[in-house]
Amino acid sequence: MAELPETPLLDELEKGPWPSFVTEIKQAAEHHEEARDLLGQLERSYRERIGHWKHGGIVGVLGYGGGVIGRYSDLPDDFPGVSHFHTLRVNQPAGWFYTSKALRDICDIWEEHGSGLTNMHGSTGDIVLLGTSTPELEPTFKKLTEKGFDLGGSGSDVRTPSCCVGPARCEWACYDTLGLTYDLTMSYQDELHRPMFPYKWKFKMSGCPNDCVAAIARSDLSIIGTWRDEIVKDDAEVRKYADNGLDIFNDVVLNCPAKCMKWDGEKLEIDDEYCRKCMHCINAMPKALAPGKDRGATILIGSKAPIVEGALLSSVLVPFWKPEEPYEDLKDLVEAIWDVWSEEGKNRERVGEFIQRVGMGNFLEAIGLDPEPEMVAFPRENPYVFYDLSEDEDEDE
Amino acid sequence: MADSATTEEIADAMEKQVAAAQGLKKLKPGDLVKMMIELFGEDRVDKKACKKAIKLLIETERCVYTYFGGSFIEMPHKEGAEN
Ligand code: SF4
Ligand code: SF4
Repeated sequence: MAELPETPLLDELEKGPWPSFVTEIKQAAEHHEEARDLLGQLERSYRERIGHWKHGGIVGVLGYGGGVIGRYSDLPDDFPGVSHFHTLRVNQPAGWFYTSKALRDICDIWEEHGSGLTNMHGSTGDIVLLGTSTPELEPTFKKLTEKGFDLGGSGSDVRTPSCCVGPARCEWACYDTLGLTYDLTMSYQDELHRPMFPYKWKFKMSGCPNDCVAAIARSDLSIIGTWRDEIVKDDAEVRKYADNGLDIFNDVVLNCPAKCMKWDGEKLEIDDEYCRKCMHCINAMPKALAPGKDRGATILIGSKAPIVEGALLSSVLVPFWKPEEPYEDLKDLVEAIWDVWSEEGKNRERVGEFIQRVGMGNFLEAIGLDPEPEMVAFPRENPYVFYDLSEDEDEDE
Repeated sequence: MADSATTEEIADAMEKQVAAAQGLKKLKPGDLVKMMIELFGEDRVDKKACKKAIKLLIETERCVYTYFGGSFIEMPHKEGAEN
């Protein structure tokens, strides 16, 4: 194997106490020409302050319209190892649970057919295998499927659904995030592998309002666990926190966004009717407080990171939903949304942008959902919910 | 009620549209569905039948998916960006 290229600018990124992707690429470069040329091209990009990748195109595996992101170098003569440098997205298991054997299997396949470089996990949640050539795509896919893996989504399709570890590891999970993620992934295989929408569609599932997968900011449909009864409270444990030095008044009560807590130095009181389910008090005193027992989820719509247009946060669509297999009510709602968005959405228009364009009121009407007070962000300021007064009420006026 | 169009008939019609548009306009799967409903009429094709036809076109390699910001369906051709 040839010597590693000189990379004085990239070497700067190895300084400091943090893990460095440059160090990782250098390690892979000992065995892979792709990784060595990646270092060379990247150093050149840093020096010239210009990217040398060409994206997109036609590459993929037979029958699938997603899962492979085509990438080519525009300096193939100087860096032949990255002449093709395609990315494969592999559908991660729900909650990112693996056996070490499964991880070894993936790494072995990628050592043989790609650059050996991975990104665990990409922002979509998938296992990202970085850098291979077109002829290696089908053999890689074949080996992955033999080990029980499949490609994830890319392009204008359902992106690989992702979720937090949920009830597998976390006592705050208000529903089975893993079960729902698995079900949606299997139910929408067609939509995941065959792009048919105006643009991408992301499902993200978080078990509680801590929202560890940032669903509210990054998915077209966020399903976030919540509860509708009282926060479970253990007064003796609350006392212990106080005895151990937690400043309950300043650090918990004053930070409650609903101002619905009282602490008299002895007993904590919560007016649950006003609780906004923000999780702050529960996070601050995990041994003393927990989400209530009547648990379910809030379904929200329309967030996205800034790509074509600016960032959007999700809006509430269904304030409280009891997730129960086979989740037909959720699927009916999702399919109604897809129908309207596919019919009326513009190319590269995310569903959140579509809703902004047509108006939430019109959107709700088109999908057949009644407006609810919880959809209102600021009472009396919301422009999109209108109440029909019945005839009787009209007459009364 | 008219007989439903077969998957093969729809696929043939889609392929013609894709071939005619090649190099002029990139067609999305949704565009093809709308075109087919217009061509055959709502009583002869629906979205489901169109999805099947697209699947057939892709699996028999008569058409390919491409990605340029969004996803499109095109005739197989040499990759423009390929080295
Ligand atoms: S989102 Fe909530 S339930 Fe899920 S892992 Fe985070 S804290 Fe636990
Ligand atoms: S969850 Fe948030 S809003 Fe509810 S009582 Fe605790 S701090 Fe207040």
